[in-house]
Amino acid sequence: MKSMGQKSVFYGVIVILSLIVPWLLPAYQTQLAFLWVMVVFALTWDVVGGQMGYNSFGNIVFFGIGMYVTAVIQRNMHFDIEEYVHVAGRVETLTPVQYLEGLFLGMGAGVVVAVVIAAGLGACILAMGMRGQYFGICTLGLGVAAGELANGWEYIGAGSGLVTPVFPDQLGQRGAFFYYIFFILAVIAFLTLRYLYAGRFGLAINAIRDDEDKAEAMGIHTTRYKIIAWCISAFFLSLVGGGAGHLIGFIDPTEVAFAGATFGVWMILMAILGGKGTLWGPVIGAVIFHITQELFWTYLFGWQRVALGALIVAIVVFFPMGIMGWMRERWPERFGHRVEEREAFSASKGGG
Amino acid sequence: MDNLLILFEAPIFSLQLLIDGLLIGAVFALAAYGMALVWGVMKIINFAQGEFVILGGFIVWTFFKLGINPFLGIPLAAAVLFIVGWVLYQIVIVRIVEEDLFISILATFGMAILLQQLMNQIFGADVQTVDPGLDTWFLFDGAVTVLQIKVVSFFIAIILGAILAVFLKKTRLGQAIRATAQDTRAARILGVDTNKVYATTFALNAAICGAAGALVVMTWVIQPFAGLAYTIRSFMIVIVAGIGNVAGVVFAGLGLGAAENFAGFLFGAEFQAAFVFSLLVVILLYRNYKLRLKRRYLK
Repeated sequence: MKSMGQKSVFYGVIVILSLIVPWLLPAYQTQLAFLWVMVVFALTWDVVGGQMGYNSFGNIVFFGIGMYVTAVIQRNMHFDIEEYVHVAGRVETLTPVQYLEGLFLGMGAGVVVAVVIAAGLGACILAMGMRGQYFGICTLGLGVAAGELANGWEYIGAGSGLVTPVFPDQLGQRGAFFYYIFFILAVIAFLTLRYLYAGRFGLAINAIRDDEDKAEAMGIHTTRYKIIAWCISAFFLSLVGGGAGHLIGFIDPTEVAFAGATFGVWMILMAILGGKGTLWGPVIGAVIFHITQELFWTYLFGWQRVALGALIVAIVVFFPMGIMGWMRERWPERFGHRVEEREAFSASKGGG
Repeated sequence: MDNLLILFEAPIFSLQLLIDGLLIGAVFALAAYGMALVWGVMKIINFAQGEFVILGGFIVWTFFKLGINPFLGIPLAAAVLFIVGWVLYQIVIVRIVEEDLFISILATFGMAILLQQLMNQIFGADVQTVDPGLDTWFLFDGAVTVLQIKVVSFFIAIILGAILAVFLKKTRLGQAIRATAQDTRAARILGVDTNKVYATTFALNAAICGAAGALVVMTWVIQPFAGLAYTIRSFMIVIVAGIGNVAGVVFAGLGLGAAENFAGFLFGAEFQAAFVFSLLVVILLYRNYKLRLKRRYLK
């Protein structure tokens, strides 16, 4: 166990490093901003998938909802809708105040919409007691259906997508601006989850993961906890979605907003790679996965998506326990497990 | 809902939609039969099902470009997919067959993404089709048109499904497969090489999908990223029919084909995919509702 002093030094180094990194690597600001998006993806997936054992394939829905709501509010506040939809190329620049107003109001509205939808879906799916693979496939269907609906809905640009307003120059560089927004969101998400996992909530959702029927018999309001966990996921995902739409600048319904085959799978994979059901696992997994992914883009251009597909299969098939799981097996005493010396000796002899 | 009025004013048009839907539905049923086989025997929900279908289509398309008759391409696609399925089993599936369902869904989903991207690289991202060179029938003074290839593919799908059913019933290997599905451990004790059974089952499923894909490329179009819809259709059909219910699979497949065709017409073609995936959610919710009722009776 690390002492308090060591811990605060550790956190301090990470925070300071994170704050200065966009100035050390100015060429990679956008990619770095996305690093924090990935961290939030993995963390929020892990609330439902890892800690609660409800393997969702459709959390991307909330990301897309946040993105679209923010963009639509930004658009409706400052532009004539008809004109905007049809002359997507000619977008007047906004003043910084207008831009920020639209962005933050939009993100706020996005959160409200996403959480309401999450609660509604939770009341339909989770409260009905859908579990296991059926829950996973049902959420997968939700994710794809949402993308296809957005693909056909004229009001939000249908298949040709939605362009977010140009980033005003007075606010500095776009990459750096969103880097800090996502960094703050990731830190808030991390601290919130750390707080929640340490308390009653964490125990309750872990009990649901381990044996839902017994948890219910013990008097835990499983449905309530399941819906709350699902809503927490939606809360952070929609905030990140709202920012990500503005960072990318163009919202494609199936490739960006409801990108089930990329972001939707990656968030599961990052959590698994790091170790699902742990606090740090998703963070580590997200960092490693994102760096690998960017390296693939740089060095395997054209084949990067093929390589990513192979990586997905490789991680799931060969490394399902994740980095944290592997470390727990390697150094159990660091995770607070007591190790019987004799057992360890005979096991190592048997293994060797 | 203007299109709804059209259906009432010209009932003959409903017939057109119904025929088209039923004919394509047989192909869905064929792919679903394969999924049910793998699900029943190996307890794996194969999420690369649709990609196998699309890959089969692309193989027929490639042979067609080389001047080979597309009908000859059906066994060729099945053979190639059999090998692909066998290889994928030995590399990937063999390691996850004992794992829980979440891992197997995720692994096969990863495989699906890999296959999509490979097809995208090799065959290109364009929508492709193969013209088998058959005529069209005009019924009711031309009010209803039926492409002959759709009828032919309907019967080929039914015949292939029947051959597979007979294979499972009569041959030694088929009996081994069914024994493994009933009780893997007992089958192993009685001398069935379950590993070989698994490999054969997975490869057979891939071959069936390849044949289904060959029919799809002749009657419809294929595209590297269109696979997921076929996976979801197969999954829905299996859920509605139940594993091991061949007649149910056929009827559910035909019903889904018809329902999808009507929905595509009523809501517009751009919402047809959305309809398929929303239907999945609705079916799962309904299934859960029924299970819940059953649980309440047990109390």
